[in-house]
Amino acid sequence: MGPFIEVVLGGLMAGVLYSLVALGFVLIYKASGVFNFSQGAMVLLAALAFARFSEVMPMPVAFLLAAVLMVALAFAVEWLVLRRLVNQEGIILFLATFGITYFIEGFGPQLFGDSIYRIDLGMPKEPKIILENMFEGGLLINLEDLIAAVIAGLLVAFLALFFQKTATGRALRAVADDHQAAQSVGIPLNHIWVIVWSVSGFVALVAGMIWGSKLGVQFSLVLIALKAIPVVILGGFTSIPGAIVGGLIIGVGEKIAEVYLGPIIGGGIENWFAYMLALAFLLIRPEGLFGERHIDRV
Amino acid sequence: MFYRENGQFKTSYQADQALLPIVQDRVFMVIVLLIAFVAIPLLADEYFFRAILIPFLILALAALGLNLLVGYCGQISLGTGGFMMVGAYAAYNLALRIPDLNMLVVFILAGLITTVVGMLFGIPSLRIKGLYLAVATLAAQFFLDWLFSRVKWFTHDSSSGSVSAPDLVVFGFNWNAPVEKYLFVLSTVVLFTLIARNLTRSSIGRSWMATRDMDVAAEIIGIRPVYAKLTAFAVSSFFIGVAGALWAFVHLGSWEPLAFDVNRSFSLLFMVIIGGLGSILGSFLGAAFIVILPLLLNQLPHWLGIPVSTATAAHFESMIFGALIIFFLIVEPHGLARLWAIAKEKLRLWPFPH
Repeated sequence: MGPFIEVVLGGLMAGVLYSLVALGFVLIYKASGVFNFSQGAMVLLAALAFARFSEVMPMPVAFLLAAVLMVALAFAVEWLVLRRLVNQEGIILFLATFGITYFIEGFGPQLFGDSIYRIDLGMPKEPKIILENMFEGGLLINLEDLIAAVIAGLLVAFLALFFQKTATGRALRAVADDHQAAQSVGIPLNHIWVIVWSVSGFVALVAGMIWGSKLGVQFSLVLIALKAIPVVILGGFTSIPGAIVGGLIIGVGEKIAEVYLGPIIGGGIENWFAYMLALAFLLIRPEGLFGERHIDRV
Repeated sequence: MFYRENGQFKTSYQADQALLPIVQDRVFMVIVLLIAFVAIPLLADEYFFRAILIPFLILALAALGLNLLVGYCGQISLGTGGFMMVGAYAAYNLALRIPDLNMLVVFILAGLITTVVGMLFGIPSLRIKGLYLAVATLAAQFFLDWLFSRVKWFTHDSSSGSVSAPDLVVFGFNWNAPVEKYLFVLSTVVLFTLIARNLTRSSIGRSWMATRDMDVAAEIIGIRPVYAKLTAFAVSSFFIGVAGALWAFVHLGSWEPLAFDVNRSFSLLFMVIIGGLGSILGSFLGAAFIVILPLLLNQLPHWLGIPVSTATAAHFESMIFGALIIFFLIVEPHGLARLWAIAKEKLRLWPFPH
């Protein structure tokens, strides 16, 4: 029983980290109907900025500066891209975010350098054994993952409060429900877009810091987006709880498959397993676990 | 002679259904074909064939296949690279394991195998729609990536994981020189373009377009969504499979799964969108744009005489590429083919606009 629980716990914590990236997708999709492929590139940019800033200044200042950079990016995206593509189909906007991805992938490394940088958040790296009296040998827990999971949880709680309790959050939810209705009661769409891209830039910064301290800040951080996409479709594009639950399901499923299924069919399955899992879920519920049920009308 | 349809009367049903009803269009098409089949082989040099023309034609074929699915049937697919990979490895295994098989048969069988795989991954489209489907097709991409790099049977136990294609021998003739390869690919592409053009204006093409425009409405007027969607996946996969086999055998020569990774899928989707959704010409324009642009960007600092390091050049290439994609989407969301259509409309009135 001990090893199995260890695998599940490891999966849960990996899942929280996926959710963190998935959250960025969901925020933007909810408020603007754009499937933002550049979320991975934003994670890279934020992590690069934080890593390089924190080399020369105290960490909180670096964090603030990186956050300012992400807000600036949000303004630029709204001003240069979204504003000019109003009323286009989803696929066009999706492709435009590819353009943003390519731009950031060139821009970030050009500005901040393209070697591997370290982020040291002062988190303990060594694993810890807990619950020794309950299981034989106890459970091996990675403290770093645990802290990351707690941070992610706090972030989600903060976002939930922001969405439910503030005027801005209410406006964001209104826009998510119906663009035109929101506009007709006087909610400025352009501001909303800037805000939501800023918030998801902030989420990208947190995700970048945590992933960066785990893996080092390097170009491959971009690929995290591809890891988070199955989480988003599993949970449903429009649901923040969906991103969390989806992340947990994918994280656990992936770990279990890796440990118990991997040796049978030859390993290396983590690249596609999440997608297949999501696909299987979608066949049963095509709009994702928590997605809005879509009613087709002629 | 001006570009007009005035005075060109159609006196039979056959004339009414002609592919190019206007004389000027027919003349233009003959000129294009003459340039492609005669002038270019006489004039172009080896680099031009290898680096530009052959990749352009093969990717245009793949883009055409994808356009049938995305542009005509409205099913977004991000698994194109994976399907090209199926075509490439199917052709490799057929050529290797059945040595006497005619190369043309190998390519067609490779296309058919891809068709089966494509339909298999198209089945979810019956339930999943829109962006969810797009993402779900990524599953095909990653699964096929894994399959061909891990299962040794497909690569014939090659230790490095990369495989080499045999020589291209068709009709007892070895199509080895760049110009011969070019002509081989060109003939294939012209044939497939003709097929695609005719498919899209037949009843099957119309059922695709009805499904694209509104699937519920299409269902109500009697189009079976199963039939429309799966045939679109089948035909599109066949095109893409043949393109994959050509890409491997004619362009690359030896390859590994990385040659068909997810970036290939994305770049094909760019071609289709920048070229123009639901336009056959658009597939070609988009392919030309995406093939030539990186080459130009690569040469740009060289021409301007600015000395830059390779890393900086790569970064700026990426930035300019991204900016140009956004620029084109903003200026003409309906693609380059739309610009062509507008030009034709203008030409119809020129030089007497009233």
